Amino acid sequence: MVETKASAERPLSPHLQIYRPTLTMLMSIAHRITGIGLYFGTLILVWVLIAAASGPNAYAWVQWFLETLFGRLVLFGYTWALLHHMFGGIRHLIWDLGYGFGPAEREWLTVATLAGSVTLTILLWFVGYLLMGRF
Amino acid sequence: MAQHEQFARRTPLGRVVHLGAARSGTEHFWRQRLTAVANIPLTVAVIVIVMGLFGRNHAAVAKILGSPLVAIIMLLFILSVIYHMWLGMQMIIEDYVHGEPLKLVLLMANTFFSVAVGTTAVFAILNLSFGV
Repeated sequence: MVETKASAERPLSPHLQIYRPTLTMLMSIAHRITGIGLYFGTLILVWVLIAAASGPNAYAWVQWFLETLFGRLVLFGYTWALLHHMFGGIRHLIWDLGYGFGPAEREWLTVATLAGSVTLTILLWFVGYLLMGRF
Repeated sequence: MAQHEQFARRTPLGRVVHLGAARSGTEHFWRQRLTAVANIPLTVAVIVIVMGLFGRNHAAVAKILGSPLVAIIMLLFILSVIYHMWLGMQMIIEDYVHGEPLKLVLLMANTFFSVAVGTTAVFAILNLSFGV
């Protein structure tokens, strides 16, 4: 700082756009976003449960919704968000215990979170369709 | 009283209770981790249960969800997950919402939503189990 400004002009800490985006940063953001998604996604779970408790008619509505393309997409997204948040959570628990902070370990854990959630989501859906006899 | 000690600006009570500026110490952090750990096996179990429901009709689904072991796992899952998401959303609101009135409204809405969703789910599972 060359110029001397008024005393109220306090230095600001650098904001988000100043940093180069990294995978660990993106995964940190993804952890929050998937958390928010799961928060509202519980409505689907509750809908299924209350419909099952209400009777065949109410349950037919849930089944109809989940059979639509939109329903399928929501459910697919919910599956991925759940698994991603779970793997991200395990990563955070590892960090909480004080492990995995080295540059290589940190990156490895982050890639494993993403690869694990994507792979398992696809695998679960494959098994799901198998169970429903769609293959 | 020693004025220049560390934490000298804290009240004597504050120094003893040791809860810090958030007034709740590490309780929020700890409960989030506690429910996080509980959520891992419960989520795996619920995924297995839900996949077992695929392609079944209402009567079969109601019977599976109402059976004791499944109902207990579902109840534990609901309680742990709802508490975890309530804590998580509270943290998100506190991080990003800076206006005091809106923050209070959203914190209340978070509690109402979580309690409503949790109560509905618990009621549904008990209803399926006991056929009330």
